[in-house]
Amino acid sequence: MAEIELHGTWPSPYSYRVLWALKLKGIPYEYVEEDLSNKSPLLLQYNPVHKKIPVLVHGGKPICESMIILEYLDETWPQNPLLPSDPYERAVVRFWVKFIEDKGPSAWVVFRTSGEEQEKAVKDSLEMLKTIEEHALGEKKYFGGDKIGMVDIACSGIAHWLQVIEEVVGIKILEPHKFPRLHAWTKTFKEAPIIKDNLPNQDEMLVFFKQAREKLLASA
Amino acid sequence: MAEEEVKVFRTWSSPFPLRVIWALKLKGVEFDTVYEDLSNKSPLLLQYNPVHKKVPVLLHNGKPICESLVILEYVDERWKQFPLLPQDPHERAKARFWAKFGDDKVFQSITYGILFKQGKEREEEIPRAMEILQHLEEELKGKKFFGGEKIGLVDLALGWLAYYLGIIEEVIGLKLIDQEKFPLLLQWIQEFSTAPIIQENWPPRDELIAKFDASREAALARELK
Repeated sequence: MAEIELHGTWPSPYSYRVLWALKLKGIPYEYVEEDLSNKSPLLLQYNPVHKKIPVLVHGGKPICESMIILEYLDETWPQNPLLPSDPYERAVVRFWVKFIEDKGPSAWVVFRTSGEEQEKAVKDSLEMLKTIEEHALGEKKYFGGDKIGMVDIACSGIAHWLQVIEEVVGIKILEPHKFPRLHAWTKTFKEAPIIKDNLPNQDEMLVFFKQAREKLLASA
Repeated sequence: MAEEEVKVFRTWSSPFPLRVIWALKLKGVEFDTVYEDLSNKSPLLLQYNPVHKKVPVLLHNGKPICESLVILEYVDERWKQFPLLPQDPHERAKARFWAKFGDDKVFQSITYGILFKQGKEREEEIPRAMEILQHLEEELKGKKFFGGEKIGLVDLALGWLAYYLGIIEEVIGLKLIDQEKFPLLLQWIQEFSTAPIIQENWPPRDELIAKFDASREAALARELK
Protein backbone atom coordinates (compact mmCIF):
# COMPACT_ATOMS: atom_id res chain seq x y z
CA MET A 1 0.00 0.00 0.00
CA ALA A 2 1.30 3.44 -0.93
CA GLU A 3 2.14 5.83 1.89
CA ILE A 4 -0.38 8.33 0.51
CA GLU A 5 -3.53 7.59 -1.46
CA LEU A 6 -5.96 10.06 -2.95
CA HIS A 7 -9.41 8.64 -3.56
CA GLY A 8 -11.27 10.81 -6.04
CA THR A 9 -13.26 10.99 -9.26
CA TRP A 10 -11.94 12.50 -12.49
CA PRO A 11 -14.63 15.17 -13.08
CA SER A 12 -14.76 16.40 -9.48
CA PRO A 13 -13.38 19.85 -8.61
CA TYR A 14 -13.07 18.71 -4.99
CA SER A 15 -10.82 15.86 -6.07
CA TYR A 16 -8.63 18.26 -8.00
CA ARG A 17 -8.18 20.57 -5.03
CA VAL A 18 -6.30 17.82 -3.24
CA LEU A 19 -4.46 16.65 -6.34
CA TRP A 20 -3.08 20.15 -6.97
CA ALA A 21 -2.03 20.58 -3.34
CA LEU A 22 -0.15 17.28 -3.46
CA LYS A 23 1.60 18.22 -6.71
CA LEU A 24 2.37 21.80 -5.64
CA LYS A 25 4.11 20.41 -2.56
CA GLY A 26 5.81 17.63 -4.49
CA ILE A 27 4.23 14.91 -2.36
CA PRO A 28 4.22 11.48 -4.00
CA TYR A 29 0.88 9.73 -3.94
CA GLU A 30 -1.19 7.04 -5.54
CA TYR A 31 -4.50 7.99 -7.13
CA VAL A 32 -7.54 5.75 -6.79
CA GLU A 33 -10.50 6.50 -9.06
CA GLU A 34 -13.77 5.78 -7.26
CA ASP A 35 -17.06 4.83 -8.90
CA LEU A 36 -19.69 6.84 -7.05
CA SER A 37 -22.54 4.84 -8.58
CA ASN A 38 -21.04 1.74 -6.99
CA LYS A 39 -19.14 2.85 -3.91
CA SER A 40 -16.26 0.63 -2.87
CA PRO A 41 -16.26 -0.93 0.62
CA LEU A 42 -12.97 0.89 1.16
CA LEU A 43 -14.55 4.30 0.48
CA LEU A 44 -17.41 3.52 2.84
CA GLN A 45 -14.90 2.47 5.46
CA TYR A 46 -12.78 5.61 5.01
CA ASN A 47 -15.68 8.07 4.90
CA PRO A 48 -18.59 6.44 6.73
CA VAL A 49 -20.26 9.75 7.56
CA HIS A 50 -20.49 11.33 4.10
CA LYS A 51 -19.50 8.43 1.80
CA LYS A 52 -17.90 11.00 -0.52
CA ILE A 53 -14.67 11.80 -2.24
CA PRO A 54 -12.06 13.11 -1.94
CA VAL A 55 -10.47 11.08 0.84
CA LEU A 56 -6.77 11.30 1.55
CA VAL A 57 -5.30 8.23 3.20
CA HIS A 58 -1.94 8.74 4.89
CA GLY A 59 -0.30 5.74 6.51
CA GLY A 60 -3.66 4.01 6.54
CA LYS A 61 -5.48 6.91 8.26
CA PRO A 62 -8.21 8.67 6.29
CA ILE A 63 -8.82 12.42 6.18
CA CYS A 64 -12.08 13.68 4.64
CA GLU A 65 -13.37 17.04 3.31
CA SER A 66 -11.16 18.65 0.66
CA MET A 67 -10.32 21.91 2.44
CA ILE A 68 -9.64 20.06 5.69
CA ILE A 69 -7.29 17.79 3.73
CA LEU A 70 -5.50 20.89 2.45
CA GLU A 71 -4.99 22.20 6.00
CA TYR A 72 -3.63 18.76 6.93
CA LEU A 73 -1.23 18.75 3.98
CA ASP A 74 -0.04 22.26 4.84
CA GLU A 75 0.65 21.25 8.45
CA THR A 76 2.38 18.02 7.57
CA TRP A 77 4.38 19.21 4.53
CA PRO A 78 5.21 22.90 5.09
CA GLN A 79 7.05 23.42 1.77
CA ASN A 80 5.23 25.65 -0.69
CA PRO A 81 2.78 26.78 1.97
CA LEU A 82 -0.86 27.19 0.99
CA LEU A 83 -1.63 29.32 4.04
CA PRO A 84 0.20 32.48 5.12
CA SER A 85 2.05 32.38 8.43
CA ASP A 86 0.41 35.41 10.06
CA PRO A 87 -2.66 34.43 12.14
CA TYR A 88 -4.74 37.37 10.90
CA GLU A 89 -3.92 36.63 7.24
CA ARG A 90 -4.76 32.98 7.90
CA ALA A 91 -8.14 34.01 9.30
CA VAL A 92 -8.84 36.01 6.14
CA VAL A 93 -7.98 32.96 4.01
CA ARG A 94 -10.20 30.70 6.11
CA PHE A 95 -13.03 33.24 5.85
CA TRP A 96 -12.95 33.08 2.06
CA VAL A 97 -12.57 29.30 2.03
CA LYS A 98 -15.75 29.06 4.11
CA PHE A 99 -17.46 31.58 1.86
CA ILE A 100 -16.81 29.58 -1.28
CA GLU A 101 -17.66 26.30 0.47
CA ASP A 102 -21.03 27.71 1.56
CA LYS A 103 -21.93 29.74 -1.54
CA GLY A 104 -20.09 27.96 -4.34
CA PRO A 105 -22.56 25.06 -4.58
CA SER A 106 -25.24 27.42 -5.95
CA ALA A 107 -23.53 26.99 -9.33
CA TRP A 108 -24.16 23.25 -9.02
CA VAL A 109 -27.80 23.94 -8.20
CA VAL A 110 -27.96 25.80 -11.54
CA PHE A 111 -26.61 22.63 -13.11
CA ARG A 112 -29.07 20.32 -11.36
CA THR A 113 -32.31 22.29 -11.77
CA SER A 114 -34.58 24.15 -14.16
CA GLY A 115 -37.34 26.76 -14.00
CA GLU A 116 -37.78 28.88 -10.88
CA GLU A 117 -35.32 26.89 -8.82
CA GLN A 118 -32.64 27.39 -11.45
CA GLU A 119 -33.42 31.11 -11.73
CA LYS A 120 -32.89 31.54 -8.01
CA ALA A 121 -29.64 29.56 -8.18
CA VAL A 122 -28.39 31.79 -11.02
CA LYS A 123 -29.12 34.84 -8.85
CA ASP A 124 -27.29 33.28 -5.90
CA SER A 125 -24.32 32.44 -8.12
CA LEU A 126 -24.13 36.00 -9.46
CA GLU A 127 -24.21 37.37 -5.92
CA MET A 128 -21.45 35.00 -4.91
CA LEU A 129 -19.26 36.08 -7.83
CA LYS A 130 -19.98 39.74 -7.12
CA THR A 131 -18.86 39.40 -3.50
CA ILE A 132 -15.65 37.68 -4.52
CA GLU A 133 -15.02 40.26 -7.26
CA GLU A 134 -15.55 43.17 -4.87
CA HIS A 135 -14.07 41.92 -1.63
CA ALA A 136 -11.75 38.98 -2.08
CA LEU A 137 -9.38 39.47 -4.97
CA GLY A 138 -8.33 43.11 -4.93
CA GLU A 139 -5.58 43.88 -7.44
CA LYS A 140 -3.63 40.72 -6.67
CA LYS A 141 -2.52 38.19 -9.27
CA TYR A 142 -3.81 35.31 -7.19
CA PHE A 143 -6.00 35.26 -4.08
CA GLY A 144 -2.81 34.08 -2.38
CA GLY A 145 -0.86 37.10 -3.65
CA ASP A 146 2.10 36.26 -5.88
CA LYS A 147 1.62 32.54 -5.54
CA ILE A 148 -1.33 30.20 -5.60
CA GLY A 149 -2.80 29.76 -2.14
CA MET A 150 -5.66 28.00 -0.46
CA VAL A 151 -8.34 30.40 -1.67
CA ASP A 152 -7.23 30.03 -5.29
CA ILE A 153 -7.54 26.27 -4.99
CA ALA A 154 -10.90 26.58 -3.21
CA CYS A 155 -12.26 28.85 -5.98
CA SER A 156 -11.00 26.66 -8.80
CA GLY A 157 -14.54 25.55 -9.60
CA ILE A 158 -15.10 29.07 -10.90
CA ALA A 159 -12.01 28.84 -13.11
CA HIS A 160 -12.65 25.57 -14.85
CA TRP A 161 -15.99 23.98 -13.98
CA LEU A 162 -18.29 27.00 -14.20
CA GLN A 163 -17.71 27.22 -17.96
CA VAL A 164 -18.85 23.63 -18.34
CA ILE A 165 -21.98 24.28 -16.28
CA GLU A 166 -22.71 27.41 -18.33
CA GLU A 167 -22.42 25.50 -21.58
CA VAL A 168 -24.50 22.55 -20.42
CA VAL A 169 -27.39 24.72 -19.15
CA GLY A 170 -27.01 27.45 -21.80
CA ILE A 171 -26.75 30.32 -19.33
CA LYS A 172 -23.74 32.67 -19.11
CA ILE A 173 -23.00 33.59 -15.51
CA LEU A 174 -19.40 34.79 -15.34
CA GLU A 175 -19.52 37.57 -17.90
CA PRO A 176 -16.03 39.10 -18.34
CA HIS A 177 -17.26 42.71 -18.43
CA LYS A 178 -19.26 42.21 -15.21
CA PHE A 179 -16.45 40.43 -13.37
CA PRO A 180 -13.19 41.67 -14.90
CA ARG A 181 -10.93 40.77 -11.97
CA LEU A 182 -12.37 37.32 -11.54
CA HIS A 183 -12.26 36.71 -15.27
CA ALA A 184 -8.58 37.68 -15.40
CA TRP A 185 -7.90 35.42 -12.42
CA THR A 186 -9.52 32.41 -14.13
CA LYS A 187 -7.04 32.81 -17.00
CA THR A 188 -4.05 33.31 -14.72
CA PHE A 189 -4.99 30.36 -12.54
CA LYS A 190 -5.41 27.94 -15.43
CA GLU A 191 -2.07 28.97 -16.91
CA ALA A 192 -0.18 28.50 -13.66
CA PRO A 193 2.48 25.79 -13.49
CA ILE A 194 1.16 22.45 -12.21
CA ILE A 195 -2.46 23.63 -12.62
CA LYS A 196 -2.25 23.87 -16.39
CA ASP A 197 -0.92 20.34 -16.74
CA ASN A 198 -3.51 18.92 -14.37
CA LEU A 199 -6.94 19.97 -15.53
CA PRO A 200 -9.69 17.57 -16.59
CA ASN A 201 -10.38 17.69 -20.30
CA GLN A 202 -13.21 20.15 -20.97
CA ASP A 203 -14.67 18.27 -23.93
CA GLU A 204 -14.84 15.08 -21.88
CA MET A 205 -16.38 17.02 -19.01
CA LEU A 206 -19.01 18.50 -21.32
CA VAL A 207 -20.07 15.03 -22.41
CA PHE A 208 -20.08 13.75 -18.83
CA PHE A 209 -22.01 16.67 -17.34
CA LYS A 210 -24.48 16.88 -20.25
CA GLN A 211 -25.38 13.24 -19.68
CA ALA A 212 -25.55 13.75 -15.93
CA ARG A 213 -27.94 16.68 -16.29
CA GLU A 214 -30.18 14.77 -18.70
CA LYS A 215 -30.41 11.93 -16.19
CA LEU A 216 -31.18 14.32 -13.33
CA LEU A 217 -33.95 16.14 -15.17
CA ALA A 218 -35.44 12.88 -16.40
CA SER A 219 -35.73 11.53 -12.87
CA ALA A 220 -37.03 14.81 -11.41
CA MET B 1 3.70 43.97 25.44
CA ALA B 2 1.29 46.77 24.63
CA GLU B 3 -2.22 46.31 25.89
CA GLU B 4 -4.30 44.29 23.50
CA GLU B 5 -7.71 45.47 22.46
CA VAL B 6 -10.09 42.55 22.14
CA LYS B 7 -13.78 43.12 21.39
CA VAL B 8 -16.55 40.65 20.62
CA PHE B 9 -19.62 41.76 18.70
CA ARG B 10 -22.57 39.59 19.69
CA THR B 11 -26.31 39.44 20.22
CA TRP B 12 -27.78 38.31 23.52
CA SER B 13 -29.37 35.23 21.98
CA SER B 14 -27.26 33.85 19.14
CA PRO B 15 -25.25 30.69 19.90
CA PHE B 16 -22.45 31.51 17.46
CA PRO B 17 -20.88 34.40 19.38
CA LEU B 18 -21.02 32.21 22.49
CA ARG B 19 -18.35 30.01 20.94
CA VAL B 20 -15.98 32.96 20.83
CA ILE B 21 -16.86 34.10 24.33
CA TRP B 22 -16.25 30.61 25.72
CA ALA B 23 -12.92 30.34 23.92
CA LEU B 24 -11.67 33.70 25.21
CA LYS B 25 -12.81 33.04 28.77
CA LEU B 26 -11.39 29.52 28.82
CA LYS B 27 -8.07 31.04 27.74
CA GLY B 28 -8.35 33.81 30.31
CA VAL B 29 -8.28 36.57 27.68
CA GLU B 30 -9.78 39.90 28.70
CA PHE B 31 -12.22 41.39 26.24
CA ASP B 32 -15.04 43.89 25.82
CA THR B 33 -18.46 42.99 24.53
CA VAL B 34 -20.58 44.94 22.07
CA TYR B 35 -24.22 43.90 21.86
CA GLU B 36 -25.80 44.29 18.44
CA ASP B 37 -29.44 44.61 17.50
CA LEU B 38 -29.63 42.79 14.19
CA SER B 39 -32.78 44.68 13.20
CA ASN B 40 -30.72 47.87 13.52
CA LYS B 41 -27.10 46.99 12.75
CA SER B 42 -24.44 49.40 13.90
CA PRO B 43 -22.24 51.13 11.29
CA LEU B 44 -19.26 49.44 12.95
CA LEU B 45 -20.69 45.97 12.40
CA LEU B 46 -21.34 46.76 8.74
CA GLN B 47 -17.80 48.07 8.43
CA TYR B 48 -16.22 45.06 10.13
CA ASN B 49 -18.35 42.40 8.42
CA PRO B 50 -19.38 43.90 5.08
CA VAL B 51 -19.83 40.51 3.41
CA HIS B 52 -22.25 38.88 5.87
CA LYS B 53 -23.23 41.72 8.22
CA LYS B 54 -23.50 39.15 11.02
CA VAL B 55 -22.24 38.35 14.48
CA PRO B 56 -19.88 37.28 15.86
CA VAL B 57 -17.06 39.56 14.89
CA LEU B 58 -13.84 39.53 16.86
CA LEU B 59 -11.94 42.78 16.80
CA HIS B 60 -8.30 42.36 17.78
CA ASN B 61 -6.15 45.48 17.84
CA GLY B 62 -8.44 47.07 15.28
CA LYS B 63 -8.54 44.11 12.87
CA PRO B 64 -11.85 42.28 12.41
CA ILE B 65 -12.16 38.51 12.10
CA CYS B 66 -15.51 37.02 11.03
CA GLU B 67 -17.15 33.56 11.07
CA SER B 68 -17.17 31.88 14.47
CA LEU B 69 -15.13 28.77 13.60
CA VAL B 70 -12.56 30.92 11.79
CA ILE B 71 -12.41 33.11 14.90
CA LEU B 72 -11.85 30.03 17.11
CA GLU B 73 -8.85 28.96 15.00
CA TYR B 74 -7.49 32.52 15.19
CA VAL B 75 -7.96 32.69 18.95
CA ASP B 76 -6.23 29.31 19.33
CA GLU B 77 -3.27 30.52 17.27
CA ARG B 78 -2.93 33.85 19.11
CA TRP B 79 -3.40 32.64 22.68
CA LYS B 80 -1.68 29.32 23.29
CA GLN B 81 -2.99 28.55 26.80
CA PHE B 82 -5.90 26.10 27.06
CA PRO B 83 -5.43 24.82 23.49
CA LEU B 84 -8.66 24.11 21.63
CA LEU B 85 -7.14 22.02 18.86
CA PRO B 86 -4.90 18.99 19.43
CA GLN B 87 -1.26 19.02 18.30
CA ASP B 88 -1.32 16.01 16.01
CA PRO B 89 -2.28 16.95 12.40
CA HIS B 90 -4.54 13.93 11.94
CA GLU B 91 -6.38 14.67 15.18
CA ARG B 92 -6.68 18.31 14.13
CA ALA B 93 -8.21 17.21 10.83
CA LYS B 94 -10.74 15.08 12.72
CA ALA B 95 -11.64 17.99 15.00
CA ARG B 96 -12.18 20.27 12.01
CA PHE B 97 -14.26 17.55 10.35
CA TRP B 98 -16.65 17.32 13.31
CA ALA B 99 -16.89 21.09 13.76
CA LYS B 100 -17.86 21.40 10.08
CA PHE B 101 -20.28 18.48 10.43
CA GLY B 102 -21.92 20.26 13.34
CA ASP B 103 -22.58 23.40 11.31
CA ASP B 104 -23.35 21.83 7.94
CA LYS B 105 -25.49 18.93 9.15
CA VAL B 106 -26.55 19.12 12.81
CA PHE B 107 -27.44 22.80 12.94
CA GLN B 108 -29.06 22.80 9.50
CA SER B 109 -31.20 19.77 10.25
CA ILE B 110 -32.40 20.86 13.67
CA THR B 111 -33.11 24.50 12.88
CA TYR B 112 -33.97 24.70 9.18
CA GLY B 113 -35.21 21.14 8.90
CA ILE B 114 -37.19 20.82 12.11
CA LEU B 115 -37.66 24.05 14.11
CA PHE B 116 -38.65 26.11 11.06
CA LYS B 117 -40.86 23.44 9.50
CA GLN B 118 -44.10 21.76 10.38
CA GLY B 119 -46.30 18.84 9.38
CA LYS B 120 -45.06 16.36 6.82
CA GLU B 121 -41.83 18.26 6.03
CA ARG B 122 -40.82 18.20 9.68
CA GLU B 123 -41.81 14.58 10.11
CA GLU B 124 -39.64 13.56 7.18
CA GLU B 125 -36.61 15.41 8.56
CA ILE B 126 -36.73 13.79 11.99
CA PRO B 127 -35.26 10.39 11.01
CA ARG B 128 -32.52 12.23 9.07
CA ALA B 129 -31.78 14.29 12.19
CA MET B 130 -31.61 11.11 14.26
CA GLU B 131 -29.09 9.60 11.84
CA ILE B 132 -27.02 12.77 12.02
CA LEU B 133 -27.09 12.83 15.82
CA GLN B 134 -26.19 9.13 15.89
CA HIS B 135 -22.82 10.05 14.35
CA LEU B 136 -22.21 12.34 17.33
CA GLU B 137 -23.22 9.58 19.73
CA GLU B 138 -20.66 7.26 18.07
CA GLU B 139 -17.98 9.93 18.23
CA LEU B 140 -18.42 10.30 21.99
CA LYS B 141 -17.62 6.63 22.71
CA GLY B 142 -14.97 6.43 25.40
CA LYS B 143 -14.79 10.20 25.77
CA LYS B 144 -15.99 12.70 28.34
CA PHE B 145 -15.95 15.56 25.86
CA PHE B 146 -15.55 15.53 22.07
CA GLY B 147 -12.11 16.96 22.82
CA GLY B 148 -11.30 14.02 25.13
CA GLU B 149 -10.64 14.76 28.78
CA LYS B 150 -11.00 18.49 28.26
CA ILE B 151 -13.27 20.77 26.28
CA GLY B 152 -11.96 21.37 22.76
CA LEU B 153 -12.91 22.95 19.46
CA VAL B 154 -15.61 20.41 18.68
CA ASP B 155 -17.26 20.89 22.08
CA LEU B 156 -17.38 24.64 21.50
CA ALA B 157 -18.65 24.14 17.96
CA LEU B 158 -21.42 21.77 19.09
CA GLY B 159 -21.93 23.47 22.44
CA TRP B 160 -25.16 25.16 21.36
CA LEU B 161 -26.80 21.70 21.39
CA ALA B 162 -26.24 21.40 25.14
CA TYR B 163 -28.65 24.26 25.85
CA TYR B 164 -30.52 25.25 22.70
CA LEU B 165 -31.68 21.73 21.83
CA GLY B 166 -33.77 21.62 25.00
CA ILE B 167 -35.21 25.01 24.12
CA ILE B 168 -36.05 23.90 20.59
CA GLU B 169 -37.69 20.74 21.95
CA GLU B 170 -39.86 22.87 24.19
CA VAL B 171 -40.82 25.27 21.40
CA ILE B 172 -41.87 22.48 19.02
CA GLY B 173 -43.37 20.34 21.79
CA LEU B 174 -41.35 17.31 20.78
CA LYS B 175 -38.52 15.43 22.47
CA LEU B 176 -35.84 14.70 19.89
CA ILE B 177 -33.27 12.76 21.91
CA ASP B 178 -33.88 10.20 24.64
CA GLN B 179 -31.80 8.26 27.16
CA GLU B 180 -32.26 4.98 25.33
CA LYS B 181 -30.87 6.03 21.95
CA PHE B 182 -28.51 8.85 22.98
CA PRO B 183 -27.09 8.12 26.45
CA LEU B 184 -23.64 9.51 25.61
CA LEU B 185 -24.96 12.67 23.99
CA LEU B 186 -27.20 13.34 26.99
CA GLN B 187 -24.27 12.77 29.30
CA TRP B 188 -22.13 15.18 27.26
CA ILE B 189 -24.95 17.75 27.36
CA GLN B 190 -24.94 17.50 31.15
CA GLU B 191 -21.12 17.73 31.43
CA PHE B 192 -20.74 20.58 28.96
CA SER B 193 -23.67 22.75 30.01
CA THR B 194 -22.56 22.68 33.65
CA ALA B 195 -18.82 23.06 33.04
CA PRO B 196 -17.12 26.09 34.60
CA ILE B 197 -17.32 29.17 32.36
CA ILE B 198 -19.82 27.46 30.06
CA GLN B 199 -22.54 27.37 32.67
CA GLU B 200 -22.13 31.06 33.54
CA ASN B 201 -22.67 32.27 29.99
CA TRP B 202 -25.94 30.78 28.80
CA PRO B 203 -28.55 33.37 27.79
CA PRO B 204 -31.76 33.42 29.93
CA ARG B 205 -33.89 30.38 29.13
CA ASP B 206 -37.39 31.88 29.16
CA GLU B 207 -36.38 34.74 26.93
CA LEU B 208 -34.74 32.33 24.49
CA ILE B 209 -37.88 30.21 24.37
CA ALA B 210 -39.93 33.29 23.55
CA LYS B 211 -37.45 34.39 20.88
CA PHE B 212 -37.24 30.97 19.22
CA ASP B 213 -41.00 30.70 19.29
CA ALA B 214 -41.27 34.02 17.48
CA SER B 215 -38.60 33.04 14.94
CA ARG B 216 -40.43 29.81 14.27
CA GLU B 217 -43.75 31.62 13.71
CA ALA B 218 -42.05 34.03 11.33
CA ALA B 219 -40.38 31.21 9.39
CA LEU B 220 -43.61 29.26 9.05
CA ALA B 221 -45.47 32.40 7.93
CA ARG B 222 -42.81 32.98 5.24
CA GLU B 223 -43.35 29.45 3.93
CA LEU B 224 -47.07 30.10 3.43
CA LYS B 225 -46.45 33.07 1.15
